[in-house]
Amino acid sequence: MSPVMSDAAFKSYRPPVIEPAEEGDELLEVAMGPHHPSTHGVFRMDVALDGERVIRLKPVFGYLHRNHEKIAEKSSYLASMPYTDRLDYFCSLTNNWAYALAVEKLAGLEVPERAQYIRVITAELTRIQNHASAIGFLTQEMGASGTPLMYAFREREKILDLFEELTGSRMMCNYMRFGGCRVELPKGWLERVSAVVAGLPQFIDETEALLTGNEILMARSQGVGILKPDLAVNAGITGPMLRAAGVNYDIRKVDHYGIYDRFKFRVPLGDHGDIYDRYMIRVLEMRESVEILKQAIPDVPAGPIMDPKSKIRGFRPKVGEAYGRIEAPKGELGFYLISDGTGNPYRYRVRPPSLINLTVLEDMCLGQNVADVVLIFGSVDIVLGEVDR
Amino acid sequence: MLGEGMLKGLAETAKNFAGSFVSKERLTTVQYPEERVAPIENTRDFPILIYDGKDPLAGLRCVACQICEKECPPKCIYITKSHDKKPDYVGKPQNYPTRFDIDISVCMSCQICVEVCPFEAIKMDTEFELSTTDRFGGLLFDREHLSKSNDYYHAIHPTEAAEVDARLAEEKAKAEAKAKAAALAAAAKAAAAPAAPPATPPKEPTAKEPGA
Repeated sequence: MSPVMSDAAFKSYRPPVIEPAEEGDELLEVAMGPHHPSTHGVFRMDVALDGERVIRLKPVFGYLHRNHEKIAEKSSYLASMPYTDRLDYFCSLTNNWAYALAVEKLAGLEVPERAQYIRVITAELTRIQNHASAIGFLTQEMGASGTPLMYAFREREKILDLFEELTGSRMMCNYMRFGGCRVELPKGWLERVSAVVAGLPQFIDETEALLTGNEILMARSQGVGILKPDLAVNAGITGPMLRAAGVNYDIRKVDHYGIYDRFKFRVPLGDHGDIYDRYMIRVLEMRESVEILKQAIPDVPAGPIMDPKSKIRGFRPKVGEAYGRIEAPKGELGFYLISDGTGNPYRYRVRPPSLINLTVLEDMCLGQNVADVVLIFGSVDIVLGEVDR
Repeated sequence: MLGEGMLKGLAETAKNFAGSFVSKERLTTVQYPEERVAPIENTRDFPILIYDGKDPLAGLRCVACQICEKECPPKCIYITKSHDKKPDYVGKPQNYPTRFDIDISVCMSCQICVEVCPFEAIKMDTEFELSTTDRFGGLLFDREHLSKSNDYYHAIHPTEAAEVDARLAEEKAKAEAKAKAAALAAAAKAAAAPAAPPATPPKEPTAKEPGA
């Protein structure tokens, strides 16, 4: 029998009913983490097991808490920018963009055309390398000991080299500024981006040939960790997790931030909301990102990259509040700022997609085998730096 | 057929394995430290202080204004201002740092200090092999250790250094022209009204208005 679950089986799928442990039954309580190879950092899951089945799961975060929000309230607006790199350290450029967007709304700054294009290009490159490594980590947790991950990292390396050439750093880019970008593109950078982008479809095809039809991956991931669309919406899940559950919601389409209106791209949607769908959504999103890049790279106009009204020292936005959000690779990343007219924000709040996507972990894991918990957790695609802040 | 997908995947890995012997595209690892990848020009890691000319103290561009100390996000810069003054590159007397320490175990290489510096005095180095057995003193870099010549800066970031030099030369020329004009005006004024009190020395602008 093929391990692929039929559509009829999916339609008749009901979440397993968890009967309470009987009197005298002994539950095994296991603390998975904080030092567990599958937790992507320091994160603990207190799991109660009945045999192999998960009866209860309590996520415990906070091991990596760094007081990001309070530090930001005590330092200038600019000084928080390098700290945003360290939230989700896989996608520092999208973090920069979300924070810059919030401050631009607060201070009423206009981003020049050229800077908008640069932002889209860097953000889409970030999305591709994030999804590539997320798939790599997920398959590694299924036992594909490193091969897909290494292929993903080979491609990611090319993108990180481009980031280093542009921003000076591979991961902690600290590139965007309020009203534009920090430095002008180096000579020939766009040509090198085109060369890397031209090679990406081949890499995605390779990943798909390696994984998509693989029976082990299908057996481990199809029908496992199902997230229903109504629960996903109620819990505020965003990003590939939400779209894998079949809800059509992409902030690039909804909010029209930046210049995403100008590009033609599709929003891939899942049907079943299981781990396999989350994998598939990420593959398809990489393809759509390649399409956006192909449209954006030839169109980059000449001109300034900074709003002339923006200033580096003595930046004091007027009194008010603003919420800037973007579609980060992991979901909706938002920054909420209140200004009291001084040089540092009165309130600084991050809406991290990783943390909020983790809140449904227990609902997805109940009744599953303990070995699948690792996969479900991996398919959420989190970075603990962002969960704990 | 069950297993078809797995065979297809194995064919892909076999292609990559065989390809790694012939194609550079599939073999991307480098045997550090014997082999090294080409350095990237914009790379940054820790700050350095730039000086002009030969003498690290006399040519130091830093005027100990302490803006970087205040703006540094992790607060890893420690500056003590001098009591006496020395002339800077346009000839104006300026303070200089008697102590300029950077704790690179705290520094996060964000280059905010470079951006806020109005005097082009602090720049980023590319030296990354900095491991030491002394984790306190060995990671606190003092002024002598941080001072690097402008030639060194040109060697590591040629494009950026050329831009900075052009900007500084322009400012110097502007300052000189302004000083000359002011001197001429003062002379003319003195000639017109000999009884007037002695003209004050022309006031020179700072390199850049703070807050500009």
